[in-house]
Amino acid sequence: MLDISNLTCSRGDHLLFSDLSFSLSIGELLQVQGVNGSGKTSLLRTLCGLMTPTAGEIRWRGQSTSEMGDEFHAEMIYVGHLNGLKDELSALENLRISAGLAGHKTDDKQITVALHRMGLRGREALPIKFLSEGQRRRVTLARLLLSGAPLWVLDEPLTALDVTAVELMQELIGEHLVNDGMAVYTTHQPLQVAGVTTRCLALS
Amino acid sequence: MSRPILKKISLVGLLGLMIRRDLLLAVRRRADVLTTLIFFIIVASLFPLAIGSEMGTLRTIAPGVVWVAALLASMLSLGRMFSADYLDGTLEQMMLAPQSLSTIVLAKIFAHWVVSGLPLVIIAPILGLQFDMSAQALWVLIFSLLLGTPILSMVGAVGAALTLGLRGGGALVSLLVLPLCIPVLIFGAGAVEAVASGSSVSSHLALLGALLLAALTLSPWVTALALRISME
Repeated sequence: MLDISNLTCSRGDHLLFSDLSFSLSIGELLQVQGVNGSGKTSLLRTLCGLMTPTAGEIRWRGQSTSEMGDEFHAEMIYVGHLNGLKDELSALENLRISAGLAGHKTDDKQITVALHRMGLRGREALPIKFLSEGQRRRVTLARLLLSGAPLWVLDEPLTALDVTAVELMQELIGEHLVNDGMAVYTTHQPLQVAGVTTRCLALS
Repeated sequence: MSRPILKKISLVGLLGLMIRRDLLLAVRRRADVLTTLIFFIIVASLFPLAIGSEMGTLRTIAPGVVWVAALLASMLSLGRMFSADYLDGTLEQMMLAPQSLSTIVLAKIFAHWVVSGLPLVIIAPILGLQFDMSAQALWVLIFSLLLGTPILSMVGAVGAALTLGLRGGGALVSLLVLPLCIPVLIFGAGAVEAVASGSSVSSHLALLGALLLAALTLSPWVTALALRISME
């Protein structure tokens, strides 16, 4: 499904990684490993199309993602370092907008259910600025529940999450893989998904 | 898994969604809106105080002063057009959404104008009274600002997108955008001056209208390109 061939990425004059090749199929989970500054975030951002690779190609269903553009974006969801939430808006309003942008016809009930699943019962209408860092992360991750995208690209999804939320994430990723999804993620915390062997990609 | 179809929402739907979002944010952060407006009022009111109450002089400088004040006031809010969304990550999510970025940008420009340009248009006649402008000149002033301030937002959007994430981007964007706004200033103030001198107003307004259409076609597209470059 996702094929990366000979990908080279540099920031300014600094070469982050070169000639990287891997592929990801349905039901697979890939962890990108590497020390700080090894280019994990750059790799994920390049995957999404936020950064242009210096060389190499990314293919999705056999087609180059840079040529697919929006067609590819409709099939992926990216959770970055930044939560992508507006402080002044409530969790419900934030998710309503991101669902709208993704082109989903989502009603408030579905969003509420997703927020409840993320353990945010009673926080739906509270402006994001009143939530803790971990709760904000949970709101961001609730987007995964609302999106039907097969490819999840998660950059440090577990930041600021407590033990129960980490377990919940493992459960969500497990469900996603069973439902013919796939995921690429980076993390410095151990993340074990039951019944799935995590493939590792080490950046040096 | 069946191949999901591309989830495009309609142009109007997308414009509506983004305009509602930005206006809601503006309502929740009213201080930002008021800053621009109060700045405009103060700058335009400083001139009668500094120059004195000689009616003839005031009437002569009025169009220029109100237009320059509007131009400076609109620069104040430019920095915020994309930077808040950039800093909290909502901008990258917009770029990854399977929707036209130019349309999203157009919606953001429109919302920006409603919040920072439209209040100037509304308050301008009251400021004009301080300068003893005639009723006809006030109408032309309103009309020229109505045509001109959206251009300022559109040209400003390009500058704001190019300076995104730069240190001191706020001052830089003004330096970048102000020279580009000179034609708007000339024809905008020129239209109001034409009333006083008795020459034709329509030619100035027609040129402003042409500038507006040119900006409307080019600006969202150029801004979207600039945003993609700035996000790298």
